[in-house]
Amino acid sequence: MTKQEALFIYTLQLADNCLILGQRLSELCGHGPELETDIGISNIALDLIGQCRSLYQYAAEIEGKGQTEDQLAMLREGSAYRNVLLVEYPNEDFAYTMVRQFFFDVHHYLVLDQLKKSTDERLAAIAAKSIKEVTYHLRYSSEWMIRLGDGTTESHERMQNAVDELWLYTDELCTMNEADQLMIEAGVAPNQAEIKPLYYAKIEEILEKATLAKPSHSWQQYGGKEGRHTEYLSHLLTDLQYMQRTYPNMEW
Amino acid sequence: MDKKEWPLWEVFIRSRSGLHHKHAGSLHAVDATMAIENARDVYTRRNEGVSIWVVESTHIMASDPEQGDMFEAAKSKIYRHPTFYDIPDEIGHM
Amino acid sequence: MSPEILSLEERFQSRIDAEIKIEPKDWMPEKYRKTLIRQISQHAHSEIVGMLPEGNWITRAPSLRRKSVLLAKVQDEAGHGLYLYSAAETLGISRDELVEQLLTGKAKYSSIFNYPTTSWADMGAIGWLVDGAAIMNQVMLTRTSYGPYARAMVRICKEESFHQRQGYEIMMTLAKGTPEQKAMAQDSLNRWWWPSLMMFGPNDAASTHSAQSMKWKIKRKSNDELRQAFVDSAMPQVEYLGLTVPDPDLKWNEERGHYDFGAIDWDEFWSVVKGNGPCNRQRMRTKQKAHKEGAWVREAAMAHAEKRRQRAVEQDEKVA
Repeated sequence: MTKQEALFIYTLQLADNCLILGQRLSELCGHGPELETDIGISNIALDLIGQCRSLYQYAAEIEGKGQTEDQLAMLREGSAYRNVLLVEYPNEDFAYTMVRQFFFDVHHYLVLDQLKKSTDERLAAIAAKSIKEVTYHLRYSSEWMIRLGDGTTESHERMQNAVDELWLYTDELCTMNEADQLMIEAGVAPNQAEIKPLYYAKIEEILEKATLAKPSHSWQQYGGKEGRHTEYLSHLLTDLQYMQRTYPNMEW
Repeated sequence: MDKKEWPLWEVFIRSRSGLHHKHAGSLHAVDATMAIENARDVYTRRNEGVSIWVVESTHIMASDPEQGDMFEAAKSKIYRHPTFYDIPDEIGHM
Repeated sequence: MSPEILSLEERFQSRIDAEIKIEPKDWMPEKYRKTLIRQISQHAHSEIVGMLPEGNWITRAPSLRRKSVLLAKVQDEAGHGLYLYSAAETLGISRDELVEQLLTGKAKYSSIFNYPTTSWADMGAIGWLVDGAAIMNQVMLTRTSYGPYARAMVRICKEESFHQRQGYEIMMTLAKGTPEQKAMAQDSLNRWWWPSLMMFGPNDAASTHSAQSMKWKIKRKSNDELRQAFVDSAMPQVEYLGLTVPDPDLKWNEERGHYDFGAIDWDEFWSVVKGNGPCNRQRMRTKQKAHKEGAWVREAAMAHAEKRRQRAVEQDEKVA
């Protein structure tokens, strides 16, 4: 793998996470528990979609094959998506939505905080802009973790279920594949080994405030970054790609 | 219907530093923390503000509009306004 | 009616006539309050239910740019519903009660949202025609006699200015696209044209609430006036797109200085109002489901806030 190829893959990983989670959140607009939450969650979705656009534009330049952001976002086959499994998990209920968001936001924040010092100027600039948005995402999802964890018996139970279920997708965020390794060596990407302890420390801090228990099981699911996804992803892609697939080569 | 509705809050936004906070509207939230979060999402989507105040609507006391005479006394004190005094133009701005 | 009430009503009307805005704590006739609650809440419900037909396409928008724009627009509608609910709440009704009225079918919302969005072009047609028709009404309402309603409308009109433009931009892109895209645009215009004209409500002669609302300056232009203004402004836009409207009687009338148009199918209008449109039941079920599934969240957030307050009190007592 050349450094150029690694940079392309690394950028796609970042972009795909934002796209898939943004897509998941955008399913919820109009269906949330209260108007204020619809508006808040849509803001997060808009931020993530905005971030993935900057990243796809950059990825397309790195690749140099004349692809557009939309071709990268909407015309790859499922196994070419490099997002982590966590973000493709469906919106089972508001608890799943918030726990998924929180598990992602903590990691997203820590990555961007390092990435803004990246030797790659474009990624550093995107990170510097994104972290302002993600700081707010993290505050929002942390508040909701605490509120619903330490709310009613029902909300506590639902949150604990979601934490137990989604826990097995957390460690993948901190894994490093070949592209990651090359980018760490080049000073482009942050070292996940350094991020990991911070990631779990922050999660534990909020779980405690939320009166939620850290799951006792340690088994973890991996594969998203290598294109081995859950059954959920292809359904999401069916929607995401519908127009581009049905009406190829058109301007919209 | 829910057992208990989220209380109503009034939102005040400072549009840029140096200006007063101005009433922007209302929203529902369970506490002040959430009211500020929601105000940020609802009332600053277009970069309308740099600072937010929230206050629970029930804490606002208002004057009674039926007591219009409350403001009558001030109407006759025109000597409080600069235009009450004749100063010749030659003096320049004063 | 007692002489005191009469004189209050006279004073009220003279304020309206003098273009003095009515504010929440001012005296107002009970019927004025009720009319406003009905109208503002219908307006709010329309924003909220109106999120659904467009929300239907957010996940399938054909490009990331379009996806962002559509999501931002649907989110704005949630905001507008919120502003309007707040305006209604100044009249002494709670959001819970208003939502309850919507979910039990007691309150109405704009019938246009009971039509299905079956193609991407509908995102163009809705932005252009439906928002275009709504804006006609909303611009008028920025001068409505009730202060909180007028202020909400000012904010809404300012924010909506991009909604119609993005819709028309979608239509322009389709109209100059492939034959398939142009056909998609034409089909969408065919389906949305008449329902858009119906949005202004019954003809003036048949409109039950209009006269009193005009006298109170809640409404300032009649349904037919607004409808005519809409057709006059839309027709050059239709021609620019190279599309046609599904109305053989539509033609420019030199003498009147307006477009003439064919008769509206009021049977269809009333049938949709009464609940028999293509999507009435579906829209209601969706909103009921969201409300029901969100109940535990709303309740838990309140319970948590209560716990925090309690803890703060205990903390204070300890310190004392």
